[in-house]
Amino acid sequence: MRDIAFGQFYPAKSLLHRLDPRAKILLLIVFIVLVFCTANYYSLLLVILGVFSVVLFSKVPLRLYFNSLKMIIVIVLITSFLNLFYGTGEPVISWGFIKITLEGINNAIFVSVRILSLILISSALTFTTSPTDLTDALERLMKPLTVFKVKVHEIAMMMTIALRFVPLLLEETDKIMSAQKARGADMESGNLIQRIKALVPVLIPLFVSAFRRAYELAVAMECRCYQGGEGRTRMKSLHLHTRDYLSILVVIILIVGVVLCNVLLPQAVR
Amino acid sequence: MDFITAQNLIFRYIDEDEQVNNENVKNVLDNVSFSVKKGEFVALLGHNGCGKSTVAKHLNAMLIPESGKLFVDSIDTADENEDFTIRRKVGLVLQNPDNQLVASIVEEDVAFGPENLGVEPQEIRRRVDDALKAVDMYDYRFQPPHKLSGGQKQRVAIAGIIAMEPSCIVLDEPTAMLDPKGREEVMSTIKKLNKERGITVVLITHYMDEAVEADRVIVMDDGKVLCSGTPKEVFSQVELLKRHRLDVPQVTELCYKLKACGVEIDSLSLHSDECIAQLTEVLL
Repeated sequence: MRDIAFGQFYPAKSLLHRLDPRAKILLLIVFIVLVFCTANYYSLLLVILGVFSVVLFSKVPLRLYFNSLKMIIVIVLITSFLNLFYGTGEPVISWGFIKITLEGINNAIFVSVRILSLILISSALTFTTSPTDLTDALERLMKPLTVFKVKVHEIAMMMTIALRFVPLLLEETDKIMSAQKARGADMESGNLIQRIKALVPVLIPLFVSAFRRAYELAVAMECRCYQGGEGRTRMKSLHLHTRDYLSILVVIILIVGVVLCNVLLPQAVR
Repeated sequence: MDFITAQNLIFRYIDEDEQVNNENVKNVLDNVSFSVKKGEFVALLGHNGCGKSTVAKHLNAMLIPESGKLFVDSIDTADENEDFTIRRKVGLVLQNPDNQLVASIVEEDVAFGPENLGVEPQEIRRRVDDALKAVDMYDYRFQPPHKLSGGQKQRVAIAGIIAMEPSCIVLDEPTAMLDPKGREEVMSTIKKLNKERGITVVLITHYMDEAVEADRVIVMDDGKVLCSGTPKEVFSQVELLKRHRLDVPQVTELCYKLKACGVEIDSLSLHSDECIAQLTEVLL
């Protein structure tokens, strides 16, 4: 149970692991936009090539990627099935009032490939970046937002603490559940409503202890001179290396490729 | 002037929200006076609820005495502007190691304190490595805290305080939630820091055998200082301690009982080897 929580990170020594987390987050966003900008099979192929090279470069076992795809496969099937029937033009198959057009088939293929690449590429980010690096990078990337009075440091601090306490609270849930079971609580039988009701004696002690922990943590942080983000320094400073610039360059080439394919070759979907 | 000087501290937990008659609230600290010298290892001993944790929170200006004065390195803790100066000098380690670690990687947690102080990145790096080595946790620096044992977590918490380079650390029952092995690890770390680095240590505990390790013991009961002195002086007052439902170390108790039965023992020993030596002398 303890491993599901952000157990996403897979430590290895690949190029992707060593990239600057800020660069990775930005490139991920660019890539996602790119995936949705594909207009024909040539550009789609380019994107698929990009996704596969990222997956291979990450040195993360393919099994893990399959696991993350498994959760989403139903949604992919449903959306692509529905997309089959949307589309104008000459019907390829018509059966009563149901008409499947070439555009509908294209739509279905594009939607499923887009969702699958989206999942693969974002799993690649979480597999290759430790949660602390992620929050750190987010804090630095959101820094400009302080102009708009967004409390960037506070948000990052909350994420850090959440990451720290999730495994702890999971462990505690386990303990409370065992304790309640030992007192005769029945959590496994009954219908849905009964089971939800059975969770109340677990949730209440959990909340009480979470608040107590929060109080103690606040005291401990104050003891360690925490005064908010102002005047705070960081032990790790992030620097962009050649590999980061190279990966940015690769993505730019990919963007150019996709745009060229879209413009020069006939479009398959709108 | 001593590093810490407490003069006639009085403190009560007053509930400001409720309209109760605050006059009747009991004093948690009732005229407490003591002092701690630089580099000294002092144990503060007492029952639960005798006010020893309250003293701990006074020492780094988390609480301000209602009356009386507390000076840390000649700074009055009642001065609000000096709160953080005092907290840099006096680090407080709490009882539950889980609730005082902030980051999900050991070395980043240790860096939290110096980061708050605005120390330069290279200097933070040096201090973090140094602090982790001081508590023998350097090999675990990339581990998440929840994969460590209780004793290891508490040592990381101590490292987090050491990294702020305080001249004094106050530990509020740091071993209360640990197993015997963890207790031993933490105790030897504390002793090492005191001996090798000259850090002043105030150890708050209710374990007699931990108090024996200190240079000086202050016993508190019911918000008052009951007695103080070297462990030997304090624990030889067996009757006084018993009267206040406090224990003495098992070895001391054995000697005390033997003496009461008429065995010729001149002084009550604190350590088992010392006791064995004495008993062999008597028997042979």
